[in-house]
Amino acid sequence: MTTEPLLSMEGVGKAFYGNRVLRDVNFSLAPGEILGLVGENGAGKSTLMNILFGMPVIAETGGYEGTIRFQGRPVSFSGPLDALDAGIGMVHQEFSLIPGFSAAENIVLNRESLKSSLLVEVFGERIRPVDRGEIFRRGKGAIEKLGVSIGPDMLVSEMPVGHKQFTEIAREIEKADTKLLVLDEPTAVLTESEAAILLESMRRLASEGISIIFISHRLQEIIDVCDRYIVLRDGEVVKEGEAKTADLRDIARAMVGRSVAAVESSGDEGRAFGEPILSLDRLWVDMPGETVREITLDVRRGEILGIGGLAGQGKLGIANGIMGLFPAGGTVTFEGCPITLNDPRSALSSGIAFVSEDRRGVGLLLEEPIKLNIAFTALQMQNRFLKKRFGGLLTWRDEDALDELAREYIESLAIRCVSGDQKAQELSGGNQQKVCLAKAFAVRPKLLFVSEPTRGIDVGAKKLVLDTIRRHNREYGTTILMTSSELEELRSVCDRIAIVQEGRLAGILPPQADRAEFGLLLLGATRGTTGEVAS
Amino acid sequence: MKKTGLDGTFRLDRFLLTNLVPLLFIGLSAVAIPISQFSGAYLVQEMMIRLARNSFLVLSLLIPIIAGMGLNFGMVLGAMAGQIGLILITDWMILGLPGLTLAALIATPIAMVLGWMCGAILNRAKGREMVTSYILGFFINGLYQLVVLYGFGKVVPIKSADLVLSRGFGVRNAVNLLGIRNCLDNLIPLSIQGIRVPLGTFLVIGLFCLFIVWFRRTKLGQDMRAVGQDMDVARSAGIPVERTRIVSIVISTVLAAYGQIIFLQNIGTMNTYNSHEQAGMFAIAALLVGGASVARATLPNVFVGVILFHLMFVVSPMAGKYLIGEAQLGEYFRVFVSYGIIAVSLVLYEWRRARDRAYARRSLRGGEV
Amino acid sequence: MGKLGSFVDHVGWPRVIIAVFLLLLFVAAPFVEVRLDASIGDTLVRFGMNGVLVLAMVPMIQSGCGLNFGLPLGIIAGLLGAVTSLELNLTGLAGFAAALAIAVPFGLLFGWAYGRLLNKVKGGEMMIATYVGFSSVAFMCMMWLLLPYRNPTMVWGYAGKGLRTTISVQEYWGGVLSDLLGIRVTDFLSVPTGMLLFVGLMCLLVWAFFHTKTGTAMTAVGTNPDFARASGIDIDRMRTLSVMMSTTLGAVGIIVYQQSFGFIQLYMGPFFMAFPSVAAILIGGASVHKATLTNVLIGTFLFQGILTMTPSVINSMLQTDMSEVIRIIVSNGMILYALTRVTRVNSK
Repeated sequence: MTTEPLLSMEGVGKAFYGNRVLRDVNFSLAPGEILGLVGENGAGKSTLMNILFGMPVIAETGGYEGTIRFQGRPVSFSGPLDALDAGIGMVHQEFSLIPGFSAAENIVLNRESLKSSLLVEVFGERIRPVDRGEIFRRGKGAIEKLGVSIGPDMLVSEMPVGHKQFTEIAREIEKADTKLLVLDEPTAVLTESEAAILLESMRRLASEGISIIFISHRLQEIIDVCDRYIVLRDGEVVKEGEAKTADLRDIARAMVGRSVAAVESSGDEGRAFGEPILSLDRLWVDMPGETVREITLDVRRGEILGIGGLAGQGKLGIANGIMGLFPAGGTVTFEGCPITLNDPRSALSSGIAFVSEDRRGVGLLLEEPIKLNIAFTALQMQNRFLKKRFGGLLTWRDEDALDELAREYIESLAIRCVSGDQKAQELSGGNQQKVCLAKAFAVRPKLLFVSEPTRGIDVGAKKLVLDTIRRHNREYGTTILMTSSELEELRSVCDRIAIVQEGRLAGILPPQADRAEFGLLLLGATRGTTGEVAS
Repeated sequence: MKKTGLDGTFRLDRFLLTNLVPLLFIGLSAVAIPISQFSGAYLVQEMMIRLARNSFLVLSLLIPIIAGMGLNFGMVLGAMAGQIGLILITDWMILGLPGLTLAALIATPIAMVLGWMCGAILNRAKGREMVTSYILGFFINGLYQLVVLYGFGKVVPIKSADLVLSRGFGVRNAVNLLGIRNCLDNLIPLSIQGIRVPLGTFLVIGLFCLFIVWFRRTKLGQDMRAVGQDMDVARSAGIPVERTRIVSIVISTVLAAYGQIIFLQNIGTMNTYNSHEQAGMFAIAALLVGGASVARATLPNVFVGVILFHLMFVVSPMAGKYLIGEAQLGEYFRVFVSYGIIAVSLVLYEWRRARDRAYARRSLRGGEV
Repeated sequence: MGKLGSFVDHVGWPRVIIAVFLLLLFVAAPFVEVRLDASIGDTLVRFGMNGVLVLAMVPMIQSGCGLNFGLPLGIIAGLLGAVTSLELNLTGLAGFAAALAIAVPFGLLFGWAYGRLLNKVKGGEMMIATYVGFSSVAFMCMMWLLLPYRNPTMVWGYAGKGLRTTISVQEYWGGVLSDLLGIRVTDFLSVPTGMLLFVGLMCLLVWAFFHTKTGTAMTAVGTNPDFARASGIDIDRMRTLSVMMSTTLGAVGIIVYQQSFGFIQLYMGPFFMAFPSVAAILIGGASVHKATLTNVLIGTFLFQGILTMTPSVINSMLQTDMSEVIRIIVSNGMILYALTRVTRVNSK
């Protein structure tokens, strides 16, 4: 095409406090073109979009490098509303709709058609009455443009998920001069048939000259609907090309990537493991944003089993469900005895411990001293660190035992703190994570769930935490299920790696397996679509 | 009471559930009225007066409910502003409708400032607006006393000796509002079969209802509904959330000031240090009795509520007297009902909210489990 | 200056202002011919009277139920105990002990029901607590009229039934704690040793409780319910337990109050009694979700100190009684301050 590109990015980069997340991103987008944007979580997709929309977080952290041109002119928006004015719309993963409003009211939210009123002179613009007929008409028009059938006066609270997604998109295209639309995983919540309708709508919009940036983990969709695609990894564009000629396997490999060197250390000694210690049979977990639909899996005694998967696919739900923190169903058997689901005491008293991914939310009592944090679960569940007083009338906290315990773990895990009496909130992220681990170790678990152990902590601390986990496994024979978004991390520590995709087990691989294999599992490209992959 | 229709039974269930509180009150009144031995004409007259007296105050609660800020316990701020206006016009000896209007004019800026302050504070206490506005009412009551009890007569000149305490400053406990008494009620004299109808006040209330109906359809009203349902979504759509919330409280406070002025012109005397304290509680109880909830209130709720609540109020002391020989018991009963009804409504609201949250979570569960 | 600033930040400016204000009042007292020893004596007495009532805030705050505006419920339990003790014509320490013994089961029972209710309305506890308190007071107003108490010193003379609004306990157990081991320092200052010891004992019990297994669990529920649940703790049970404790402490607290005050106040008497206690613990440095015994002691002293000193000192200075207005502004201002601060912590 010879037309001038609608949007172009030239050498865009971004670093947060010296930590580089985007490097020299270049691409351009013609009017009416659909661009697929692919990448693992943390590859830089959201940062890129934040830069495009001028989100305050970018400016607050020192701005970005490079130039963005929109319709030929360099632009720098000062916020999403600013970008909207210029004609760039975004549809987020979380619905941004008012539940008690109709589809039409949501579509024109804060852009309502108003009637004139004499009182405007006195009270200002906001006192003008809204024109309900006109709103209905505009909503209807926008919905028709998408090619779907939703009643404009249907309340959002009564809509199925798919309708909400369409309403949201309708809102973006109803804006008079929307030229570019960013869709962030719009099909994740849709059923297959709804997704097909959405892809059809996207083509319609493109044919009317609206450009689209389409972010999706479903590679097949990218190939089906996009003109071109780019793959981001560690903040860099590692692959781009025409969607028509793309190969799923290549994209998957490019996306997961990274050198395999780090893995070498782990593939050690071909360890042998005993009988299954934990069996999951058709487990489902209703954890918001991390729904587990159906997982059947055996964990063998003594191994470190990694659970990987993209964000939102359900990998985090497994541990949370077994520990009774979210509604769950199915059968979980531990050492031959069933675990009662939805009751945290059941799993805890069987000898299972959990280091939560939500360190500050679930993992710690931030306002309490380190020693109480470490001892808490053991104290409550196993009645340790207690003294009897008055002939057993009172069970007293044994502060000496707590001090002793804290000293022990501060030393063995090298927790950097003043003393065990320091409050948990005063520690750095890495040291807080060690306190969480210490809390789990203190109950001497037979099986340990560790979720996202290195999230949000610096590089040096990461290695320490991973070493600690591995050492604990080797020294005490504790079976460990480690959940992480960082595939390389799993590959460096685990004996086997299970990949969860859309709430189901996509497959189990040895850590040495080819990265393209991992990529395909992560993207769900193998399940049921193997035939298409080959073609 | 039976509603007929094709799906009659289902509708009856829902009708009973949503109107539980008003129905309970109707039942209560049905029992208590014969016991109290009041005549029908007396009760009709009494209800007429009380509708005129209280409706405006109750109506002032509606707008913050639309904006999702719950029951505005801070409306006593407006009541205080209204009372300051009344004290001043009484001192200046401005009588009748001009006096009433002037009182409202004086009260308006005071109420606007107080309302703005209240709104700004509530914006810092999102999610606990009700308890905060409630305490704010007490706090401002302290400032009000400071001004009226120590400032008036010292800083603000008060000429009339009838108004000032014997020590030379501070307003007396009771202020006689003879000058403006019933001036709005009797503006257009009307009497039907011996029952006086305060037509003037009803007209003002009617106008106000039209205002609310119209207001809900303006851009501002639409924004308030959006803010009330989901602040984050409204904000991301570019609606100035904080400002909208403040505006809703300012409107409510100003209207409460007018409401208090209308209330007191009907009563004819003002209890300087107590009148406003009761205003909020009775208005809120009446609204809830009318079937409103913390999140939803309509115009019929207001009028049904005022009638039912005050019917019980008038009837219960006499009913208590004839039933147990103890008028005091009936009086305590009505106090109990006023507070109890608010407690029950708040519990129901929070309980439903918790249930809805649980339900919303459940609906996230994938369809294909 | 920087040090001072961070100190004020840490303690919170309203608290500093109140402490400085109280200090100024004590300094100014001799100049306006207010006897310092009498002032200190009064402050001590009021400190003892209110100490347990303020302490009753602690368990509910610690378990995350917020400020206990439902204190009147506990007070009602205490009133039932006190009135029943009088009905039985018990005097002296025996009468006082009987009042406690009767009040405590009522407190536990009311607290249990009230706790169950609050578990259903998590997040809206404070407003509901206020109105549960109010409506229970109003309900008891009817009960005081109807309950079959017959002791002639308690019921209306003309009717022979229905309890009076104010009942003197002077003849029964008035001052049994206050005068116990009382130390007379000057003509105007005597230390109510017994009462202070009793308050101390109650504080000790609460302190001890929070060092037991259950107490530790309760603190965890208040600090971080998700953490507690992940450690296998039944959150609703802990919350109910804390409400029972708060309500029972309220019952004990009002009896201590009455024996010093000399009267039982029925009917609307307990209506606004939650607010001074709430204000006191907040002035002491507690927040809506964290309170310690230090907060209780400091807060009660500061708040009661101001209540004692303002009428005497300010009146002598200005020839005006502004104490009531100052009380309203200080106590409600403090509660308001605490309420608007919570969200800032949460939204972090």
